[in-house]
Amino acid sequence: MAEQPTPTQTRPRDAAIGSGLGRVLLLVYGIFALSASARALVQITTHFSEAPLAYLLSAFAGLVYIAATVGLAIGGTRGRGIALVSCSIELLGVLIVGTLSIADAVAFPDDTVWSHYGSGYGYVPLVLPFIGLWWLWRNRPAKESTAQAG
Amino acid sequence: MNGPLSLATIVVALVLGVWYLVRCALDKRPTNTDLWAMLGLGVLVVVLVVVAIAGLLTGDRPSDTTTFVGYLITTVAFAPVGVYLARLEPTRWGTLILGVAALTLPVLVLRLQQIAEVTSG
Repeated sequence: MAEQPTPTQTRPRDAAIGSGLGRVLLLVYGIFALSASARALVQITTHFSEAPLAYLLSAFAGLVYIAATVGLAIGGTRGRGIALVSCSIELLGVLIVGTLSIADAVAFPDDTVWSHYGSGYGYVPLVLPFIGLWWLWRNRPAKESTAQAG
Repeated sequence: MNGPLSLATIVVALVLGVWYLVRCALDKRPTNTDLWAMLGLGVLVVVLVVVAIAGLLTGDRPSDTTTFVGYLITTVAFAPVGVYLARLEPTRWGTLILGVAALTLPVLVLRLQQIAEVTSG
């Protein structure tokens, strides 16, 4: 509708921060980066000894979300690399931890974002890595020479 | 924390959230009314949070006060941040930003209720 100013070429074409839908994606990733890290921080600083494994996992999940957010935001070869690795870890994490938290409740007495496939977070943690990977796939570098302006 | 005010906030947030999703699907960018509606929801949330803080000072404290206060800060910041970001993105995706913010708020309010229920006694 409104005339958009031509985006400057200072940032890579696939940087999520440079497009509207990408910004929404970053918002959601940012919310999860914040909630997972904040939760881990509270857990570790107040009652770490109760469930060290779960709390370290929380912290790790938080870092992965932060990495994914940054990677998706900056784009380019390096950003894509960071995002691809962190989204894959996220996907594996939510699947593995989700399964373990159901199979071995003793090792996971306190919840992390990934416990029970993220049911405590409306299963968004289960969906989010797919969306992140979809974003990377959608914005994959063109192999063939297409009519796309560089 | 569990009164009609929470319920009103949740209902208003859900209704607004669905409205924004529909508007996004129709490829509409946020209108001034949309932005003001979000700020109105923000005011409702501020009232809710002030009541909760008053409860913290006078009544039973939740046993996990740190988390509770953290959630209060996040909750009160959500609507203004949503409006700010939506203004930066005057496209359909700005409307989706409002939608995401509006639909996250009920979750935050429910979490606040859960945390408030566990009191140290």
